[in-house]
Amino acid sequence: MSAQTLYDKLWNSHLVRQDEDGAALIYIDRHLVHEVTSPQAFEGLRLAHRHPWRTVSMLAVPDHNVPTVGRGERIHDPLSRIQVETLDANCKEFGVTEFKMNDIRQGIVHVIGPEQGATLPGMTVVCGDSHTSTHGAFAALAHGIGTSEVEHVMATQCLVAKKSRTMEVRIEGELSRGVTAKDIALAVIGRIGTAGGTGHAIEFTGSAVRALSMEGRMTLCNMAIEAGARAGMVAADETTFAYLKGRPFAPQGEMWDKAVEQWRGLKSDPGAVFDAVVVLDASGIRPQVTWGTSPEMVVDIDGRVPDPASVSADKKEGVERALAYMGLEANTPITGIRIDKVFIGSCTNARIEDMRAAAEVARGRKISPSVKQALVVPGSGLVKRQAEEEGLDKIFIEAGFEWRDPGCSMCLAMNDDRLEPGERCASTSNRNFEGRQGQGGRTHLVSPQMAAAAAIAGHFVDVSKW
Amino acid sequence: MKKFTKLDALVVPLDRANVDTDAIIPKQFLKSIKRSGFGPNAFDEWRYLDHGEPDMDNSKRPLNPDFVLNKPRYQGAEILLARENFGCGSSREHAPWALDDYGFRAIIAPSFADIFYNNCFKNGLLPIRLDADKVDTLFREVEANEGYRLSIDLEAQTIEAPGGRLYAFEIDAFRKHCLLNGLDDIGLTLQHVDEIRAYEKRHLAESPWL
Repeated sequence: MSAQTLYDKLWNSHLVRQDEDGAALIYIDRHLVHEVTSPQAFEGLRLAHRHPWRTVSMLAVPDHNVPTVGRGERIHDPLSRIQVETLDANCKEFGVTEFKMNDIRQGIVHVIGPEQGATLPGMTVVCGDSHTSTHGAFAALAHGIGTSEVEHVMATQCLVAKKSRTMEVRIEGELSRGVTAKDIALAVIGRIGTAGGTGHAIEFTGSAVRALSMEGRMTLCNMAIEAGARAGMVAADETTFAYLKGRPFAPQGEMWDKAVEQWRGLKSDPGAVFDAVVVLDASGIRPQVTWGTSPEMVVDIDGRVPDPASVSADKKEGVERALAYMGLEANTPITGIRIDKVFIGSCTNARIEDMRAAAEVARGRKISPSVKQALVVPGSGLVKRQAEEEGLDKIFIEAGFEWRDPGCSMCLAMNDDRLEPGERCASTSNRNFEGRQGQGGRTHLVSPQMAAAAAIAGHFVDVSKW
Repeated sequence: MKKFTKLDALVVPLDRANVDTDAIIPKQFLKSIKRSGFGPNAFDEWRYLDHGEPDMDNSKRPLNPDFVLNKPRYQGAEILLARENFGCGSSREHAPWALDDYGFRAIIAPSFADIFYNNCFKNGLLPIRLDADKVDTLFREVEANEGYRLSIDLEAQTIEAPGGRLYAFEIDAFRKHCLLNGLDDIGLTLQHVDEIRAYEKRHLAESPWL
C-alpha cells in the first residue's frame, strides 16, 4: 500500500461503506454534546421514536450558557436555564453521561473531553460545535457538525461524509520567548486566510509542533476551523501518551499497553503526499494581535493597523468596513491600541498551561486603572481546582483580575459576560467577528500572555520583551 | 425534509465577504430549543437599529433602511447572492434555519464554509458554488435591474439568467438526490444497519478500549 497521511489512516479505519458517488458512511467513536446544539436533535429522536445507537459513546456537558459567578443559585436568565435544564432532562431520559453545571468535572466541552481521556488517539470525534477540531491534537479525526448531524450520529453512530483533501502545515524551528501555539495559529491564518483550509483536513507537523505540549497542540488544532478547515490534527507521540495515561476514560493496565502499541502508528507515513503544503519558520513568528473582524486580519505586535489605501482593490472595502467597526485609524501602531476589557478563557486558551502563562505575567503586578474588567475563566472545574492548588487564583486576584467559574463565557457572550457597544477587548478566544463578544464589542485575539500583559499595561505590549 | 427541484425567484445581493454565522443569527437567539422561528432575527445586528433579544416583538423594532434585505425592491427574495466564504465560523444550524425561515431557498456564492454548506442540505436549502467572476456579473446585474430574477433547475444543475443565459453548477450526486426527493439522511443510513453492526463488531474487537 502506498504511503498514507494520518488523515487517510483515520478515514480508512472508520469507513463503514463507500458509495460510488463519493458519499461515505464513517463510524463515530465519541460524540460530545452540549446544551445549545442538542435539544432539537433529542427532540427529533423522540418524534421518530428512535434511541441513541450507543449511549456510551456520548458525553454531555452544559458550557455555552452557564454563568461564571453565583453557581450555587439557579440560572437567572430563564432561556439559558431552560436550555441547561433541557440538556439535563434529555441526558436523564436517554441515559447519557452528563457532567452537570455544578459537577467539578464540568467545563468547556473541548477542555473536558481530553481532560477526562474521553478523547483518544485514533478516534473519530464529533460535537455540534465547530471547535471540535481541538481534539485532533490527539491524532483523532475530529470536527464540528450541525444539529441534524448530531441527531444522525445519535441515531446511527455514523456520519454521512465525503473525504476531504489534505493539507500539511509544517512549522519548523524553535519558537522565540513569549511566542505560543496561539501565535502560530494566528500566523497560519494570517498566511492562508480564513478560507485557506476550506475542504481540507490540516495536519500540523514539524519540529515546532512536536515540541508543543498537548495544551499547545489543542490550541493549534482548535483554530484550524478559523483557517477554514473542519479538522486539524497532530500525530500521536510520547507527549500524547504521557498526557492521557491514567485519565478516567483512558484504558488502563494491559489494555493501555495494547492501545499505545496501536496508537504509535497514528502518523503520516514517510513520503505521504498532501494535496497542499504550507511551511512556516517558527523562529520568524512574533506575538500576534488581530486588528479587524476576521481572524485573518492579524499582524505582529510590532506592526501597524493596515491602511486601506495600500491593500489590493478587492480587499479595500473589507478593510475599511473592519476599521470602521473596530474604531481604528489606519497606520496606528498595535502597541498604541488601548483596551477596556480583558478575557482570558475559551476552548482555545483556558487550560492549566494557559492559566500558568497568564499568571506568570500578572505575578506581582496590577492591572491598569483604565481597564474596566479583566476576567479569567478556567476551562473546567478541574483546571480551576488545579490552578488554585498552585496559587494562581491569588496571583490573578491580587493583580485585579476576576477569577470565575468555568464555561464558554465571553468568547461568545451567551451568558452575562459580554462587551458593551464600543468596548475594546484583548481576548484569548478564537473569533473577532462583529458582535461576537457582545453587540458592538471590539475583539482583538491574542495569546494568554499577551492578554495578561495588555491588562497590566492598558494597551497591547510586546510580551516577549517583558 | 423539503424537496428542491426548480425555483424561479427574486434575488437579493449581500455584498460582503466572510459573512459568518454569528452575523447570520446572533448568539442570543441560540437559546431556543426549537428549530423554527429564527427568520425575523436573521442578520439581526445589520437588519435592525436596536439591540435584539429573543423576547422582543420584531415587528415593532426600527429597521436599518441601509441594509439590503430591508430595501423594498428586494422584498420577497428567495435567492441570496453572496460573496466568498459565506457561513464561516460556528457550526450552528440555526444559521440555515434562520435563512430558511426568512424565506430563502437558495444561496449563490463563490465559496461556502464547509460546515454551513453541509447544514444547508439538511434543511432543503440549496447552496450553489459559482466562479467568482460569474458571481461578480450577477452582482452587477441584480444591482442594475430592479425585479431581477434567476431560475434554478437542480435536476439540470443550471441557473438561468434573464435573456436565457445559462450557468452550470456542480453538486454531489448524493446531495442532489436527497434534495430532489426530500429524503431524510437518517432513514437512508438506517437502510445499512447490518453493515454498521458488522463494522462496529470488528472495530470494537480491534480497539476494545473504545
